[in-house]
Amino acid sequence: VGTRTRRIESADALEEALITCDVGVAATDRIVESVRRKARRGDDLLPLVREEILSILQGAAPPPVTGAHPRVVLIVGVNGTGKTTSIGKLANLLKQEGQKPLVCAADTFRAAAVEQLEIWTRRADVGFVRAQPNSDPAAVVFDAIQSAKARQLDPVLVDTAGRLHTRVNLMKELDKIKRVAAREVEGAPHEVLLVLDATVGQNGVAQAREFMKVSGVNGIILTKLDGTAKGGVAVAIAQDLRLPIRYVGTGEQIDDLVPFNPREYVDALFEDAW
Amino acid sequence: MFDSLSNRLQDVFANLGREVRLTPETVEIALREIRMALLEADVNFKVVKAFVDKVRDRAVDAEVLKSLSPGQQVVRIVRDEMLALFGDTQGGLPPVSATPRVILMLGLQGSGKTTTTGKLAKWLVKQGKHPIVVSTDVRRPAAIEQLNLVAKQAGVRAHDPAGNLDPVSRASGAMQEARTLGYDTIIVDTAGRLHIDDELMVELEAIKAAVQPTDQLYVADAMTGQDAIKSAGEFNRRVGVTGVVLSKMDGDARGGAALSVVSVVGVPIAFTGSGERLEDLEAFHPDRVVSRVLGM
Ligand SMILES: Nc1nc2c(ncn2[C@@H]2O[C@H](COP(=O)(O)OP(=O)(O)OP(=O)(O)O)[C@@H](O)[C@H]2O)c(=O)[nH]1
Ligand SMILES: Nc1nc2c(ncn2[C@@H]2O[C@H](COP(=O)(O)OP(=O)(O)OP(=O)(O)O)[C@@H](O)[C@H]2O)c(=O)[nH]1
Ligand SMILES: [K+]
Ligand SMILES: [Mg+2]
Ligand SMILES: [Mg+2]
Repeated sequence: VGTRTRRIESADALEEALITCDVGVAATDRIVESVRRKARRGDDLLPLVREEILSILQGAAPPPVTGAHPRVVLIVGVNGTGKTTSIGKLANLLKQEGQKPLVCAADTFRAAAVEQLEIWTRRADVGFVRAQPNSDPAAVVFDAIQSAKARQLDPVLVDTAGRLHTRVNLMKELDKIKRVAAREVEGAPHEVLLVLDATVGQNGVAQAREFMKVSGVNGIILTKLDGTAKGGVAVAIAQDLRLPIRYVGTGEQIDDLVPFNPREYVDALFEDAW
Repeated sequence: MFDSLSNRLQDVFANLGREVRLTPETVEIALREIRMALLEADVNFKVVKAFVDKVRDRAVDAEVLKSLSPGQQVVRIVRDEMLALFGDTQGGLPPVSATPRVILMLGLQGSGKTTTTGKLAKWLVKQGKHPIVVSTDVRRPAAIEQLNLVAKQAGVRAHDPAGNLDPVSRASGAMQEARTLGYDTIIVDTAGRLHIDDELMVELEAIKAAVQPTDQLYVADAMTGQDAIKSAGEFNRRVGVTGVVLSKMDGDARGGAALSVVSVVGVPIAFTGSGERLEDLEAFHPDRVVSRVLGM
């Protein structure tokens, strides 16, 4: 796969480029308008649009800081986006940074979800608290936080079942998990990361909005960027909701998760695809 | 059913004023609205372009422009063209003479293949069939176990020779078991893979060669955006797609990917998935998806 970057010389070409990346009609219109105002006739629009998107991404809120222990990180998202896999990778990454993560399996619903996560925690060699099948997810989160306190493990990474943001009851379940966590550790959950699949289209905005509302999402893990999809809806989300991307997933191996680098992301947006 | 599109278009025409006749220029304004609506529904950029061109060709026809309700004519053209893309299908699986019937499940990571394998097994049982399922996903942690559990829920047998981690021989093993024990349908679940992952696409070609499937079902997530056309197109090019399953239709995605996938693979949608439970599988109804995509 080559990494060819093209000149973008007209507003139409820019529109096509952005929409093809899933930035969406509304966000694309705003970006095109802003770039058009700054451009002079005959300019290559690419450097301008790069700066524009960078400033949108950097305008998103920074990650929260907390002095509380253990830090509680909740991983949420719709079905099949890569939550469980990302937890495995994240546990590995944090461990390499010298932290002592404990992973909590609060997906008590999907077939073999607990077993899947357990295999990841063995690979990452981190603590693991499992749930009984069909038990209450909030109860497992309670157990995990107790266990982390007793074993001096930090942070607690909580995997949750995939759920569509339109399912009111399942969204309430997240709220319950949050309340249990808040009772056990001040300010918990400190981070709530929405796992967004890079192949997703404009529904990603609705996902972000609803998960923010119900579960207080404050960051995004953008997965499957190793494919041809660009995950451009994250730009629209940053613009609309000021929600920052924190990590990106680039494969199915344990090392395939890295902290988000806006410049690399923006460069990749304009590579290959056209 | 097409009310929202109609309303949006009627608004457009109303804005033009009653005394104004429909002209190529006013049609163009309506087409711009249609284009926006389709892009917002995640229909691929190129697919939208081709679609709008087609509608324009028919709409600027003199008969349409002169007709009593030109706005509604345009709406009808849009609907017709969209239904035409989905083909004349009632959904489900076409009849086959071959026994056993072999269904190969294909798709990107997390699209819903394993769950759909269970749903389909259950659906087949309801049709009086005797399916057996097999997982060839030796990579995703606990993937085989997931299918085994799903099969149990569906009340069907899962072929799972302990310790065999070779995808091709797992699939051929299931063929043998089906022939010996008289199962009439084999559903072969596969690991999720990227269309650009050559090594894994080669693996898929090998599985296909070993089982010579009658059906190759591409499972696409209804929430997919612009990339739908590339992934589906590449799966179709390398292994072939005979039917599409559109999963996760229970959310609020417009599902424009349905249009993109169908236009690139040129085969009908067989089923839609509308939930995580095994009964959440429906034979495809084009009109429902069309109104969904157009739902504004
Ligand atoms: N190529 C690629 N595949 C990924 C990436 N992240 C996850 N996957 C794959 O995506 C599929 C789904 O991942 P899971 O971690 O099970 O997703 P999930 O969100 O936990 O799914 P549910 O719990 O069922 O909602 C698996 O096949 C993963 O291997 C990534 O960054 N790149
Ligand atoms: N809401 C909803 N969820 C679905 C539907 N179909 C599948 N899922 C969910 O999507 C997630 C992924 O489904 P899987 O069947 O594991 O997907 P897969 O394609 O086998 O994934 P890989 O094997 O990792 O590539 C699971 O959480 C399923 O429960 C559907 O129609 N609606
Ligand atoms: K990519
Ligand atoms: Mg999971
Ligand atoms: Mg699977």
